[in-house]
Amino acid sequence: MPYKHIEISMGPQHPSTHGVLQLKVTADNEVVLNVEPVIGYLHRGMEKLWEHRTYPQIVPLTDRLDYLGAILNNLAYVLAVEKLAGIEVPKRAQYIRVILAELQRVASHLAWIGFNANDIGAMSVLLYGFIEREGLLDLFEEYCGARLTVHGLRIGGVPHDLTPKVCELIRGVVTSVPRRLADIEALLSENRIWKHRTVGIGRIAPAEAIQYGLTGPALRAAGVRWDIRKNIPYSSYEDFDFDVPLGTHSDVYDRYLVRMAEMRQSLRIITQALDRLPAGEVRAKVPRLLKIPPGEVFLSVEAAKGELGFYIKSNGTDKPERVKMKAPSFINMQCFEKMCQGHLIADLVAILGSLDIVLGEIDK
Amino acid sequence: MSRELFIFEGLIPLLKAAAVCIYLMIMVIIMVWLERRVVGWLQGRLGPNRVGFQGVLQPIADTVKLLFKENIMQKQADWLLFNIAPIIVLVSALLPFCFIPLGDSIPFKNYTFTFWVAESPVGLLLILGLSSLSVFALVFGGWGSNSKYPLLGGLRAVIQILSYEIPIGLAMLAVIFYSQSLNMVDIVQKQAVTGWNIGKWPLIVPFVIFWICAVAETNRAPFDLPEAESELVAGFHTEYSGIKFAFFFMAEYTHMVLASSLAVVLFFGGWLAPFSQVKALAWLHPFPGAGVFWYFFKIMCFLYLYIWIRGTFPRYRFDELIKLAWKWMVPLALLNIFIVALVRLHS
Repeated sequence: MPYKHIEISMGPQHPSTHGVLQLKVTADNEVVLNVEPVIGYLHRGMEKLWEHRTYPQIVPLTDRLDYLGAILNNLAYVLAVEKLAGIEVPKRAQYIRVILAELQRVASHLAWIGFNANDIGAMSVLLYGFIEREGLLDLFEEYCGARLTVHGLRIGGVPHDLTPKVCELIRGVVTSVPRRLADIEALLSENRIWKHRTVGIGRIAPAEAIQYGLTGPALRAAGVRWDIRKNIPYSSYEDFDFDVPLGTHSDVYDRYLVRMAEMRQSLRIITQALDRLPAGEVRAKVPRLLKIPPGEVFLSVEAAKGELGFYIKSNGTDKPERVKMKAPSFINMQCFEKMCQGHLIADLVAILGSLDIVLGEIDK
Repeated sequence: MSRELFIFEGLIPLLKAAAVCIYLMIMVIIMVWLERRVVGWLQGRLGPNRVGFQGVLQPIADTVKLLFKENIMQKQADWLLFNIAPIIVLVSALLPFCFIPLGDSIPFKNYTFTFWVAESPVGLLLILGLSSLSVFALVFGGWGSNSKYPLLGGLRAVIQILSYEIPIGLAMLAVIFYSQSLNMVDIVQKQAVTGWNIGKWPLIVPFVIFWICAVAETNRAPFDLPEAESELVAGFHTEYSGIKFAFFFMAEYTHMVLASSLAVVLFFGGWLAPFSQVKALAWLHPFPGAGVFWYFFKIMCFLYLYIWIRGTFPRYRFDELIKLAWKWMVPLALLNIFIVALVRLHS
């Protein structure tokens, strides 16, 4: 029997599979012929669990999906519930939600740049990203007492108003993050090795990306203008002036550029929202025992990883009959096999990092 | 007479050999500590600072931990290859230091104490040959583990080290053209007359080539592909544990000290003080033996450079690495040899 191909099992305990993901790699020496992701190691039965919890009880559980973007998960879920129940959210709460969501997006992208760069070997960038992320987590702690799984939103609004201390922290973050991004870009953007490792790696054609259902920064890096904040605005995003950064080559490098630009746009939105924060209540009157008449709803938001959607079917009780989640990481992961074909094992981790997956969201 | 012979020809060289081993072990300890602290400092974190003053005892604590760890060898591993690899790698890292001058000589009445264990007319060749033996260790370790990640790591290591051996040899050849000797002590003494080699313009390019290749040969970032943790877990020493793993670890740092020492001896005047041919600066080398300080100071600069590079650059990809060696380093080194030869012919 000729030993031509080598089969490698990467993970679930591998330094760069971003959690408990297993990759069955078939390689010819180091050239990847085929890669098969094996998921499900982190399955917690979230969707079934939600059928046995009341609507407000589900909000903290959504924190555990994409644990790097807890508030964005909260936002997608509460918006879906509010649409189903016909709850009108006060303008001030909508603005605070936008601020928190964009802060969370910056935190998620900062973690992503760290992991992706660390996989490619630039260890310092990981720490630089995390120093800034630490400031954001401190901010969340000041706002609602938690850092990672924040439970930062409630059905009908937000739990607290922004205190002067929180506003001050937000202003601090808005000035400190761009400086750190400039540091990171100085280390990477024009670095020959970084470009060798990322330019032309993991390409996917725009049409193909759409067929696979790719969303988020990875799709925009392919040049497709699809940002739900712009295309189907929610939570007053139409009030703010921001650009949608687009890539052209659809490779790892463009995904890097798009996310870096996106962080700056997020900071722009935060500044605008903070400057124009309307007065008023931060939480609508929602009955403690929220019973929603029979109906169904699907609503999606632009999360850090892509389009995060919730389908909720209510049956008149205080618990949903069915909740289905459209997890961006799960759908983006489908393109992975396509992107890796013909690349080297070293590129595998670069591509995986550039997709920015979180296993908590894939496995639910 | 025979007693003196015993002391001068037997006891002192023996003690020197032991001292070199101890010196290298201390260097490993210093480097492990320095690397963690410096990388930590570069990255805005602390690094180990609990064990001893500023964490200086941390490497010793780690060594003790590794000594007490279970020595695991999987069933399918090849016993001989698996166990011989850590020994070869450490021996090949330690032996070349016999020929490295660590300082100048101190004359006594009828005996001259030298800071090198042995002086050989082909010292440089011996150093190259002995340090290249470590390739066998990487092959044996990678193959003998009978596991996939070590195998890939071992293959990478062999191709990488063999590729970079060629330009590094060519870069050294340029130095040999100038010193007209392969004797490490001679090379330094020549520089006492003519000034440091790095000051001669045809030797600047060879130095750059030498240093890049030296980083690649020691498997350090950004050329640390054989043990790229994000791709191959730990490369050829994935399956090693306990003290055998420590051997690989020590060998890596010893190789770094070796590469730094070679850079210092070949290009930066070894034990010589800066501008040693200038009379007004003679106070920089006040007494015989002071060269040890200069040698040490210079290698620490290079070792710091190693750490600095690691903290700054991402990792090369394998094909790019080989391309860099064969498409850039080798032709550039060959061209440079030609230029150096012309310059030497002319003068």
